[in-house]
Amino acid sequence: MTNYIKLPLLASLFFVYSCSETISPVDSGLENKVFHFGNGAEPQGLDPHIVTGVPEHHLLIGLCEGLTTSNPKGGASVAGAAESWDISEDGTIYTFYLQQNGKWSNGDQVTADDFVWSWKRILTPSLGSQYPDMLYYVKGAAEYHTGTINDFSDVGVKALDSLTLEVTLNNPTPFFLGLLSHYSTWPVHRETLLKHGAIDDRNGAWTRPGNFVCNGAFKLKTWELNNKIVVEKNEMYWDSETVQLNEIHYYPVANQMTEDRMFRAGQLHVTSSLPSQKCPSYIEEKNPNLRIDPYMGTYFYRFNVNNPALTDPKVRKALAYSVNRKQIVEKVTKCGQIPAYSFTPPGSNGYEPDTKIPYNPELGKQLLADAGYDESNPFPKLEILFNTNEDHRKVALAVQQMWQQNLGINVELVNQDWKVYLNREMIGDFQVSRAGWIGDYEDPNTFLDTLRPNRGNNKTGWENPEYDKLVELANSNNNQEERYELLMKAERILINDMPIVPLYTYVRVYQLSSDVKGYFPNYLDHHHPKYLYLERD
Amino acid sequence: MIRIILKRILLAIPVLIAVATLTFFLIKQAPGGPFDAEKAVSPQVLKNLNAAYNLDASQWEQYTDYMTGIAQGDFGPSFRYPGRSVTEMILTGLPVTFELAIYAILIALIIGVFSGVLAALKRNTILDFIPMAIAMIGICVPTFLMGPLLVLIFGINLELLPVSGWNQIPGDKLLPSLTLGFAYAAYIARLSRGGMLEVLNQDFIRTARAKGLSETAIVTKHAMQGGLLPVVSFLGPAIAGLLAGSFVVETIFQIPGLGRFYVEAAFNRDYTMILGTTIFFSAMIVFFNLMSDIAALWLNPRSRDDS
Repeated sequence: MTNYIKLPLLASLFFVYSCSETISPVDSGLENKVFHFGNGAEPQGLDPHIVTGVPEHHLLIGLCEGLTTSNPKGGASVAGAAESWDISEDGTIYTFYLQQNGKWSNGDQVTADDFVWSWKRILTPSLGSQYPDMLYYVKGAAEYHTGTINDFSDVGVKALDSLTLEVTLNNPTPFFLGLLSHYSTWPVHRETLLKHGAIDDRNGAWTRPGNFVCNGAFKLKTWELNNKIVVEKNEMYWDSETVQLNEIHYYPVANQMTEDRMFRAGQLHVTSSLPSQKCPSYIEEKNPNLRIDPYMGTYFYRFNVNNPALTDPKVRKALAYSVNRKQIVEKVTKCGQIPAYSFTPPGSNGYEPDTKIPYNPELGKQLLADAGYDESNPFPKLEILFNTNEDHRKVALAVQQMWQQNLGINVELVNQDWKVYLNREMIGDFQVSRAGWIGDYEDPNTFLDTLRPNRGNNKTGWENPEYDKLVELANSNNNQEERYELLMKAERILINDMPIVPLYTYVRVYQLSSDVKGYFPNYLDHHHPKYLYLERD
Repeated sequence: MIRIILKRILLAIPVLIAVATLTFFLIKQAPGGPFDAEKAVSPQVLKNLNAAYNLDASQWEQYTDYMTGIAQGDFGPSFRYPGRSVTEMILTGLPVTFELAIYAILIALIIGVFSGVLAALKRNTILDFIPMAIAMIGICVPTFLMGPLLVLIFGINLELLPVSGWNQIPGDKLLPSLTLGFAYAAYIARLSRGGMLEVLNQDFIRTARAKGLSETAIVTKHAMQGGLLPVVSFLGPAIAGLLAGSFVVETIFQIPGLGRFYVEAAFNRDYTMILGTTIFFSAMIVFFNLMSDIAALWLNPRSRDDS
């Protein structure tokens, strides 16, 4: 038996030995130019035509590059794989001139043909990409994807020569350059991909370390599943002189509390988020690492307009006017969120919606009475559906209280597992449901388009032909001022019909080490790592 | 004994088939699918995705395809992580979870057996009450409280140990192993005390004492062999439980183990991953129960002779 005790004792001694004082990753990162990045979750993968999430974006923005890239300070996109471009007078033909020294990470030249083939790939139906609609603005793209046409040469993307790409659009699409900074439009290296599978292979091993070839500022070094992904500087990158970091280590930390502890222990330079309960105290103690940046996202409640109780716009308005948004952001969310009075967050590329949603319980009561509800005919019980999450519960509790107090409506809260919640929303099995929308590109269209009829993300059942026409007209207009005026009219219709109730505009809340430089707040929260560097003040 | 082992192994096969079949049809009943996302996919895209993963076939066809696959050792591709097979993901997470489980069980054994035996020998003294009170606290304090507490003290306040990771920074394995080990140490302490008390009152111990053997020899050579039988029976399910149930500790300490895949697969409706991990954990539970039964048979002369 003594041997049985000796062995574990030795193991314990080894443990204690391994517990020696070490320099923190943030401190050593400063010296080695290694950035430690809290990335929220394990990425689904690194194939830009397959993946869909934010953690994937954080990685791909360093590994691959589209024709344009996000401006580190926000606003208009800047040159990426294309050094310049021309736009035809009618705004429908874009000619891109690729970087003369644009190289893949294996040294091959990045050509216009690479883009044509990559766009063909994402539009290949059997690939099952979830973002083909990002290219539906290109002539023939939707038709090719849905099988109406089978010849890709009919799609409006052509290589005029090895470094010149011509893209023909259905309509002038003023936000098209912004769309190109979305990873679904980025190129993949044809030879590498075909070496590991067919054009429509979702499961090819080309994204593994050792195989991965792309054209970004960094290249893939190692990938330990659920542990860490390491990327290193790509010397082949056309702008490698700008790149100052040697490596970036991405950690898939899904638990916010764990991430907060890692940051406090000097294991991360930046976190993906902050536990909401910590925010008020960090604000109060003026935590120098706390960042609260503007973010292009809206937190709102959807009404199911096909539900008998919510068909009448007067009822929806009554409910919307009885929510005190200021109180929600000051007493419930308490982390710098901004009360929302429009669906599109104000300031999206210069777009300032003028819609108003008053907090007026008296008017709310009156509207409810006008809709035929009074003491003899009380409003039926209402359900708020949300996915299981403490923050959503708190907001729902506040809204429940406000509707009960201001309108005398009996409100029940229903929380469901994420997938059940999504499913119920999708099949219209709800009355009121919580929702959030984050912009894909910096233009009001990314919001207003979602509520057009037949859009998968509408989910309210609301249709308004005038609204639909205005958004369509705006998208075929090349004059920004006229365009915004049309979108503003659409926004007014939306807020008047109220199929959704905007509650607040999101902010990006996270922690950032003071060693990090070149990390600027921007509306889309796109931070190209080529501009980042580490320096201690 | 060999006949018993063979019988148990043969019995395990229908158990695993039943687990696979039940899980397969149960997960299909759960609302929501693997491709539901906040940004809804168009019907066309959904059709393409279902075709890519054979979800457009009838359920029976999917079931027979899946069972044929696992008979050949192929658990299929993960729905959540395109390009990764379920087998690959299990094989990636398993060594980490296994290592964590081994460290935790070693810690649990050292602390648990020592304090349990001590408490039994010094029954109704302070050396009995204190370890047993601590054991009770260990049973009551959940790992999701113990973990952050240890991190706060040793990681953030004393800055002695890393707060997360596995094999990244020296010393990062200590806190998760202790957190998980403490919970099991408490159970083992109670079991060892009970087992030892029972054995210490038996005739053969009295005989050993009468023969003039030293107290150390009586405890280590005679009493512990029988007194720790409940601990041995507990170890099988405990290791299986540690493998399947280390999710909380893996999440708190950012450990790339199998437990996280298991739980996240259920939330993501990653059908193949749920099935693969469930079948794998079931096999583990069957295997470790069998191992602990064999160990108990081997330790207990009566059952050895019976078999």
